[in-house]
Amino acid sequence: MYDFAYHRPKSVADAIGLLKSKPEARAMSGGMTLIPTLKQRLARPSDVVDLGGVKELAGIKVEGNNVVVGGMTRHADVASSAEVKAAIPALAYLAGHIGDPQVRNRGTMGGSVANNDPAADYPGAVLALNATVSTNTRKIAADDFFKGLFETALGEGELITGISFPKAEKAAYVKFPNPASRYAMVGVFVAKTASGVRVAVTGAGATVFRVKAMEEALAKNFSSAAIKDIKIPADGLNSDIHGSAEYRAHLVGVMARRAVDAANK
Amino acid sequence: MTISVAMTVNGKSVSGKVEARTLLVQFLREHLGMTGTHVGCDTSQCGACVVHVDGQSVKSCTILAVQAEGAKVLTIEGLAESADKLHPMQEAFRENHALQCGFCTPGMVMSAIDMVKRHNYQLDEATVRRELEGNLCRCTGYHNIVKAILAAAPAMKSAGV
Repeated sequence: MYDFAYHRPKSVADAIGLLKSKPEARAMSGGMTLIPTLKQRLARPSDVVDLGGVKELAGIKVEGNNVVVGGMTRHADVASSAEVKAAIPALAYLAGHIGDPQVRNRGTMGGSVANNDPAADYPGAVLALNATVSTNTRKIAADDFFKGLFETALGEGELITGISFPKAEKAAYVKFPNPASRYAMVGVFVAKTASGVRVAVTGAGATVFRVKAMEEALAKNFSSAAIKDIKIPADGLNSDIHGSAEYRAHLVGVMARRAVDAANK
Repeated sequence: MTISVAMTVNGKSVSGKVEARTLLVQFLREHLGMTGTHVGCDTSQCGACVVHVDGQSVKSCTILAVQAEGAKVLTIEGLAESADKLHPMQEAFRENHALQCGFCTPGMVMSAIDMVKRHNYQLDEATVRRELEGNLCRCTGYHNIVKAILAAAPAMKSAGV
């Protein structure tokens, strides 16, 4: 790891000020991705702005029909939150299955969503639940947020302050984790909310994506039988030592059917 | 960038000057000479480096020393009451032969204690196995580790630790 200047601001305003004044600065939330990235010298920031001291960014609250999770809320806190478990149990389940207990004690929702790793779990929940990402300057709909491989709508000096999830009538997340890394080879989040049915797939492509054909079928009949004949094209899906694009395309169908069954339980 | 850092390790106040990039495990091992916490994979997979920071288990190879500023850190060296009275989890590992080479043991014990407390001293085998997903043992000794943790949970409760 190359050395860097370290900052620990206490407010969002101070963090933004630091990020804007240092063009090569990087924000760090839990550091569960950034620190390994620095160790491998895949990134060489001049400054690291640690958000660990920004208390206003952490916490979970229910606002009307929405669960609002602060950007610095750790996976362990989402997994064990009584509010999340009551409103959107699938979101608590997802959080409790990220990485391992030690990673869940440090990693945060905002960090995971801002990083937009193609195999991360949270983007599936954000997209399927039609969540809204709040930053220090604006609100971004889930459909407009995830742009590509490790790419989001976030601009320079823009931080995720919180994510608002509408409560779901039915929802479930099922993933096929890589047995070594625990990252999702394929994960499917299925949700039926006031705005309709959504099916979001993580791990399979460059970034999380929706499967409209499944959404239409499930809107008419919310059962795994309704989507059993829907084939996912392998074109453009991830292909690596862990699995081919065809294998992942097949897994999308299997995970989606399991997720619908789980949501109906 | 050199930074002064101060924290509590096993109940004692410690401080030192570190680089921003110094990992917590490096601070413990190289600055404080506390080599009980091991570095296995250095990629946050194996869990040999697990310590508690403010009561929660973390991988000390994936947290900067400066991030632990002001924190209460507990390492394997801080568990035993005295030279001849082990922590119930350490005692259970000994009784159940839950180690072969011993390299993963400090991390296993620290993860296990956190696990028992989070589950309010009530664990079943499936839970223990799932909760151990962040700790690797390359002697394939999981069976006795699971037995030890299941035995330690009630022992910890009655010992009040």
